[in-house]
Amino acid sequence: MAFTFAAFCYMLALVLCAALIFFAIWHIIAFDELRTDFKNPIDQCNPVHALVLPEYSIHSLFCVMFLCAQEWLTLGLNVPLLFYHFWRYFHCPADGPELAYDPLVVMNADTLSYCQKEAWCKLAFYLLSFFYYLYCMISALVSS
Amino acid sequence: MQAPPGPGYGLHGQDYAAPSGPYSPGPGKAGPEGQGRCGGYYSGPRPGPAGLGLAGVQRGYVGGIAAFGNYHGSPAAAPQGFPATCSPQLAPTSCRSSLPAGSPHASVLAAATGWSAPLTPVPLPPPPGYSASPWSVQAPDRLLRNHAGPSASAGSSPANPVADSLAYPGRQNAPPPRSSPVMSTVLPGAPSPRAPPAGKHPREPVALGVPLPGLPPQKGMQYGDCVNNQASSAPTPLSSASDDEEEEEDEEAGVDSSSTTSSASPVPNSYDALEGGGYPDVHSSSASSPAPDHAPEPDPAPAAPLSAKVMAKPFGHGYPTLQPGYQTTAAPPSAGTFAQYPQHPGVNQLSSALGGLSLQSSPQPESLRPINLTQERDVLPATPVWAPVPNLNLDLRKLNCSPDSFRCTLTSIPQTQALLNKAKLPLGLLLHPFRDLTQLPVITSNTIVRCRSCRTYINPFVSFIDQRRWKCNLCYRVNDVPEEFMYNPLTRSYGEPHKRPEVQNSTVEFIASSDYMLRPPQPAVYLFVLDVSHNAMEAGYLAVLCQSLLENLDKLPGDSRTRIGFMTFDSTIHFYNLQEGFSQPQMLIVSDIDDVFLPTPDGLLVNLYESRELIKVLLNALPNMFTSTRETHSALGPALQAAFKLMSPTGGRVSVFQTQLPSLGAGLLQSREDPNQRSSTKVVQHLGPATDFYKKLALDCSGQQTAVDLFLLSSQYSDLSSLACMSRYSAGCIYYYPSFHCTHNPSQMEKLQKDLKRYLTRKIGFEAVMRIRCTKGLSMHTFHGNFFVRSTDLLSLANINPDAGFAVQLSIEESLTDTSLVCFQTALLYTSSKGERRIRVHTLCLPVVSSLAEVHAGADVQAAICLLANMAVDRSISSSLSDARDALVNAVVDSLSAYGSTVSNLRHSGLMAPASLKLFPLYVLALLKQKAFRTGTSTRLDDRVYAMCQIKSQPLVHLMRMIHPNLHRIDRLTDEGAIHVNDRVVPQPPLQKLSAEKLTREGAFLMDCGSVFYIWIGKDCDSNFIEDVLGFPNFASIPQKMTHLPELDTLASERTRSFLTWLQDSRPLSPVLHVVKDESPAKMEFFQHLVEDRTEAAFSYYEFLLHVQQQISK
Repeated sequence: MAFTFAAFCYMLALVLCAALIFFAIWHIIAFDELRTDFKNPIDQCNPVHALVLPEYSIHSLFCVMFLCAQEWLTLGLNVPLLFYHFWRYFHCPADGPELAYDPLVVMNADTLSYCQKEAWCKLAFYLLSFFYYLYCMISALVSS
Repeated sequence: MQAPPGPGYGLHGQDYAAPSGPYSPGPGKAGPEGQGRCGGYYSGPRPGPAGLGLAGVQRGYVGGIAAFGNYHGSPAAAPQGFPATCSPQLAPTSCRSSLPAGSPHASVLAAATGWSAPLTPVPLPPPPGYSASPWSVQAPDRLLRNHAGPSASAGSSPANPVADSLAYPGRQNAPPPRSSPVMSTVLPGAPSPRAPPAGKHPREPVALGVPLPGLPPQKGMQYGDCVNNQASSAPTPLSSASDDEEEEEDEEAGVDSSSTTSSASPVPNSYDALEGGGYPDVHSSSASSPAPDHAPEPDPAPAAPLSAKVMAKPFGHGYPTLQPGYQTTAAPPSAGTFAQYPQHPGVNQLSSALGGLSLQSSPQPESLRPINLTQERDVLPATPVWAPVPNLNLDLRKLNCSPDSFRCTLTSIPQTQALLNKAKLPLGLLLHPFRDLTQLPVITSNTIVRCRSCRTYINPFVSFIDQRRWKCNLCYRVNDVPEEFMYNPLTRSYGEPHKRPEVQNSTVEFIASSDYMLRPPQPAVYLFVLDVSHNAMEAGYLAVLCQSLLENLDKLPGDSRTRIGFMTFDSTIHFYNLQEGFSQPQMLIVSDIDDVFLPTPDGLLVNLYESRELIKVLLNALPNMFTSTRETHSALGPALQAAFKLMSPTGGRVSVFQTQLPSLGAGLLQSREDPNQRSSTKVVQHLGPATDFYKKLALDCSGQQTAVDLFLLSSQYSDLSSLACMSRYSAGCIYYYPSFHCTHNPSQMEKLQKDLKRYLTRKIGFEAVMRIRCTKGLSMHTFHGNFFVRSTDLLSLANINPDAGFAVQLSIEESLTDTSLVCFQTALLYTSSKGERRIRVHTLCLPVVSSLAEVHAGADVQAAICLLANMAVDRSISSSLSDARDALVNAVVDSLSAYGSTVSNLRHSGLMAPASLKLFPLYVLALLKQKAFRTGTSTRLDDRVYAMCQIKSQPLVHLMRMIHPNLHRIDRLTDEGAIHVNDRVVPQPPLQKLSAEKLTREGAFLMDCGSVFYIWIGKDCDSNFIEDVLGFPNFASIPQKMTHLPELDTLASERTRSFLTWLQDSRPLSPVLHVVKDESPAKMEFFQHLVEDRTEAAFSYYEFLLHVQQQISK
């Protein structure tokens, strides 16, 4: 039983992952509100924008931590999403990430369903990784 | 609550006449006194702010307009604080006495002081300009002619080109008119000659104690509602209507009393009195205002299948005023076109409607006839292509919405998405919702009957289960018929809800109550933002604009509250204080473009009537004020920000005139076009915006109900793809005049003049939203046009104009097997320029089919092409131009191969297509050669982007001419097949295919490209034609640039001109005419429209067919 750096990483990741799950749920609710016509896209997209950068940075932080802790498997699991985030961040309309969810196009049925799917997938991913981190944390604590 | 009678309306009028609440000029109304103070400050340069103030003085061009320096020493002072602190902070340079010598301004100004008439709460009479608008010129003639129709024998009316009459064929047999306290119908056309003038029956119904129809609730309530709702930032009026049963009970009592008391008086009189005389002037003037606007739109497509009966329809009438014969008959005419609506409302109408649907009797409809395209030499018919008529029974067909307003790419909706996928045809709607209409039933009613669950407006396609209940045709919910609706004001009978005008017309307009307002209806507000840099002065557009504005100042749509303002900009921004009481306009210069502010809180947007003289002075002075400017920079972004600040309290229309790339401040742009890439066949870059600035600005504007219209008059690249965003997302419109110059390019100048005339005088709707609903199972997918999508089916339109078209892509989410009809309903809620909240509702009904053959039979090739063009624009911006081109070709290949697989027994070597789709390959080829999508031919980026903008925002009729122009041979016009319009014979030369093989040297040809006409004169053209029509002795003497046909007194000239005029009258923008000689260099312009021919970079039509065939067999 030893409190290694890896164990610390997993503990931190566990906490932050909970935050990410909340973000994902928030996204799902936001897009659902849009679809059911409760909110104006301009009002809705601004708070969504505010969450985009924290989410991306938290996730990048994981990856950096796991890199430092030399947890290659965990890192490998996270890298695809990391790349997706990078792509999403830099592949935005003209002025950058601010318009990752562009109120002008978000109401397009395709875009909206894409955003919804994205949010659901992320929720699933974060949930799974939450339990994975939990398991890894315990095993890291117990193993040595 | 019961709306008060008579006087309530008066109140209402006053309410609107006096600028109320948020629109009032504000507490700091700078009267002459304030001005005097300002003047006083000029003498001594102020220490603090004067440093900036000098900027204004140094500019040489102050002219007659007082320069007013930047007063703003401390930017911390908010502009709102001004009324109180105005005088100490201002460092103004009011030079009332500095009029340039010889300027007539002084005398004009003196007269201005007497200008006080419009201040009275009584609204102004409708601006006289309406009757003189280009649209209405024909109105009286046509009306007269049509009035003559019904009284003469039915067949006496010659074939006329009014497609509208096809759309409302039943109106003629509508039930007799009766007066109604709960409903009124406005005649958009001139009142019937039989109907007595309104003034002769003043207030008759009021004396009867009849509550006036559709009174808006009292002022207090209205405003209360407004205040309550203001919490939510964006208006959602469509979902806020509430039904009130008690109210309707009260209303019903009034109804009964009126119908009994007034039965003795002749029906038409009492109706008319109620409609016209009973109202205070405010209403009658505003209600009749649409008349000139809806002036005739002679659709160029002559309504061929019109029966004689239909032709005789008095189309200047609304239905209440009918022929006397009907008025005497007590019972509703059971004969005629309305027979399908049974007298007994208990009958389920849907079932009766379905009865006629089984039109399988004919073995194979004409539209399914297989055609071998490679063998068929002349696919193009000699007459213009009509919209296919949905395969509905006759009764529903007659009730259906006009294809000019509402069209679907498939007039037979496939049952499932699988079937749609099999057909490989795009499914979508093409809308022209705010089209100028000649006839529009306007309904004033206390309760607008709508479905309780999906909020659909009651329409001709609902079914009445029994007398008290109706079933929504979109969500199938059973609703109660409100008490008020039971009474039919036309027949004055009770218990015939299916005879109400809402149920008899698929296009109606409701006067909305305060439930549909989030704030009091805004006044018409116009702001002009003008580029006055050196470049703009060179181009010289300002004189044209000012002249046009001066001419049309009275015709600007609006009421007594109309406000107008002007801003100019180069590297600084100039405001003009036109406050009433000033002796001359005051110019205020803001040079701080990084942090733009409004130099004074009021006086920048002024009441058009109160400050008319000042406005005229300014318009006369403007063109000469900047002639010697050396400022080459353009701070468009900051100017737009300022305009937004100015407009945001009210909303309205901002017209931006720009002549170059914005080069200063926010939103500055760089040149992105590489001229060497213009004719590249590979990649076309920079179709998307370079910056989000204009997009965000448009969003802000849209939120504040402000639309930005862009006039780009530029000779060099101006990055239209970025600039266009400001109009695209704020529901504005875009005009582009490449290489505009007032003297070097007279045809562009003429075009600007004509466009401006239309632009300034056309109808306009403010703070609009449009919701499109469709039968359960279908869903909206993507919208095309200029707007901001607020929700899955709601478009937010800061302004709506009659020239705006929209397209919607649909998808079938659930199978439609349990229904045989689907309906689409567009509801456009807007504030008219008279300050009325109105809802225009269009409903389209289409059959559902289950077989692929029927889907093909019902394909509407023009609508499909327009939808494909819209989709291709999206594709080329989001992906790439070559992707979009491939997608277009694939659309043909897929749909024709899908058809080919169904007719495998007929497999020939050729390319088979159903008759309904025989023009599909031709139109796609035309689209590929369109400026927007062509490659290999040198195309300037701005031209390309402008073509794309037009595809997105033009209605179908205009777009089709842009894609595939009409070519006619005009040197041998005969009266054969001619139609008669206004006692004029209009020859109808057959359409020629767009190929050089049709151009004989001996002929003269007219090409109608929508916004431009070309007349091509062959080298060996008949000298009689040249002499009789063009007025020149021979071919050699025809000048290179000729833009008008002389008025010669010969038969040939008369025919040609009558044909041209007829074509021109059929569209809102009168096109510019170019006479192109066979040898002139301008002929390239003409030849690029010959889409069937081969060019170095593109297929000829036949080659394209072979290419498609090859792809199919692959």
